[in-house]
Amino acid sequence: MTFVEKPILLDVNGLTVAFATDRGPVTAVRDVSFSVREGEILSIVGESGSGKSVTLLSLLGLHDRKTTRVNGMVSFRGRGILDLSPGELRSIRGREIGLISQDPMTALTPVYTIGWQIAEQIRAHERISARAARKRAVELLGEVGLSNPQEAVDRYPHQLSGGMRQRAVIAMALSCNPALLVADEPTTALDVTVQAQVLDLLLRLRKDFGSAIILITHDMGVVSEVADRVAVMYAGRIVERGETEAMFESPLHPYSWGLMGSIPPLAGPRLARLKSIPGMPPTPDRIGEGCGFAPRCAFARAACLERPPLRKIGTQAALCVLEEPERAALRRTVLSAEELA
Amino acid sequence: MFFAVLQRLGQMLFVMIGISALVFLIFFATPGSDPAARLAGRNASPETVEAIRKDFGFDRPLPVQYVIMMNRLFVTQDLTSFVNRGLRIVPAVAQAAPVTLSLVAGAAVLWVVGGILVGVVAALARDTLLDRGLMVLALIGVSMPVYWLGEVMNLVTQSRFHDTILFSWVPSLGYKPLLTDPWGWFKTLLIPWFTLAALYIGIYGRVLRANLVEAYQEDFIRTARAKGLSPARVMVRHALRTSLIPFVTMFGLDFGVLVGGSALLTEVVFGLNGVGRLTYQALLNLDLPMVLGTVMYASFFVVLANALVDVVYVLIDPRVRES
Repeated sequence: MTFVEKPILLDVNGLTVAFATDRGPVTAVRDVSFSVREGEILSIVGESGSGKSVTLLSLLGLHDRKTTRVNGMVSFRGRGILDLSPGELRSIRGREIGLISQDPMTALTPVYTIGWQIAEQIRAHERISARAARKRAVELLGEVGLSNPQEAVDRYPHQLSGGMRQRAVIAMALSCNPALLVADEPTTALDVTVQAQVLDLLLRLRKDFGSAIILITHDMGVVSEVADRVAVMYAGRIVERGETEAMFESPLHPYSWGLMGSIPPLAGPRLARLKSIPGMPPTPDRIGEGCGFAPRCAFARAACLERPPLRKIGTQAALCVLEEPERAALRRTVLSAEELA
Repeated sequence: MFFAVLQRLGQMLFVMIGISALVFLIFFATPGSDPAARLAGRNASPETVEAIRKDFGFDRPLPVQYVIMMNRLFVTQDLTSFVNRGLRIVPAVAQAAPVTLSLVAGAAVLWVVGGILVGVVAALARDTLLDRGLMVLALIGVSMPVYWLGEVMNLVTQSRFHDTILFSWVPSLGYKPLLTDPWGWFKTLLIPWFTLAALYIGIYGRVLRANLVEAYQEDFIRTARAKGLSPARVMVRHALRTSLIPFVTMFGLDFGVLVGGSALLTEVVFGLNGVGRLTYQALLNLDLPMVLGTVMYASFFVVLANALVDVVYVLIDPRVRES
């Protein structure tokens, strides 16, 4: 491994997404910043409703333009995605950024063969004959590990299993050799054994195709296995980000402590009860300026009602008022309490 | 595939026979009334009634009566009306059928094209003034009774404004055969087509809009957009294509029923001697042989339309193909 940093592919700065609703605007994502380097896997972790998927859709400009207001800067290969015309955006979608949906059961149009759907994407971006596009589709299906691509290319989505469909979806996302793959919980709807296969596939494809991947998930096991870097989202904000190893070694934010603590241990005696964070995440319309996690945080204080500062330690950064060495001390008490329990 | 079609045809035949038996039983085996007297119509002499009884075998068992009736209706085709003496049933229906078919087929083209246009435009312009306006127009189309709309059209095009440039081309009411006078056929039917189609454009437009709006919530539409396809392609190839199934179902039923005689009101208003009108007059006069003939004709088209819908299902939805 070389230590030369690869160039930044995607740079998100101060991204804020608000929806117009009947009861006024609701801010689902606030002031989110992160970047992805070429060929890197960034994992965005968080509970349902924390704004992961909304962030991802605005990267592709797929939000509803009528009801959604997106502010901030999203720069992909130096181009501001949010300022592009619909036509320019379309030439990026599918060609330079590929999307892998959460549920392979519903992500494919039911009335066309998967080969047709892959060829459709290729032909939307390249001047290529139908036969050549079909040949590419067969190659891609082989690439993602479908055992009989020649035959699978003419199958309809309902004729394939969940894992095979997800492979087809991945093949489609890869079809124009995109620099960035955006995967929205790609393994959530799959069996555990198939999950592992799909993750292996993503890792292998990263090597073969050189695509960077943004992997959205709520599965910490997946994160530790594949991600180079992690961003933890809570209530519309990225509360902590950093390199995976460091994050798992010494998480900075109290929410991350809870998140790591809720992973069931593989070794040792079985827990009577899985650890969980008490309380519920706030709904987007009830988030103020202050730290969204404060109501559930055991160490909340008056300062948490104000906008939390960004503290950087090494490769990590967290949105939290806690400072060293107090943070380290508190974290030790949490960990030792866990060990005692 | 061949076997499936054969099976479907067999089912059709079975349903047709069932309907014919049912219709026969309702009209000729209802207890407490004499089928011979009914067949003879009002004010028939006792000799006529007696002759009919012998002729149709009403003194013999029911199954024999049924067979005799069907034989005269379909095989020898010499079943005649008892009100308009000497008028044969099958040729009368065969003469009225092209009128109804012309009316309904033309209106169907209009309402399919119009319904798709209204639905697609409204779905694309969702929640804008254009969408609201189209939906109100559609509702007005659904709400206007066809006999009223028809009379208003006649009033405007035949009477009040007939002498203006706008409507001077409209010929007088009545049907002109397609084969001998295609241009006259087109001109006489144009106003009736629009009149009949107004209701269905409204219904189909509203239903399609609702289906499309629902389709746009689907994951596969998000996938299609994420592929970088143009909005037109996403609409036509992905949203519209998957929303067509309920559309086709409705079309099959409506078309079959209309060709079978439900276009009666339009036919009467525009003086078109179609099957609907034939049935209506037969019912008024208790002309049972004619009723039997027109009901059989109507059921044939309803059953045929349903079979065609099934075939179209197979064409547009691969998930139906296996089952």
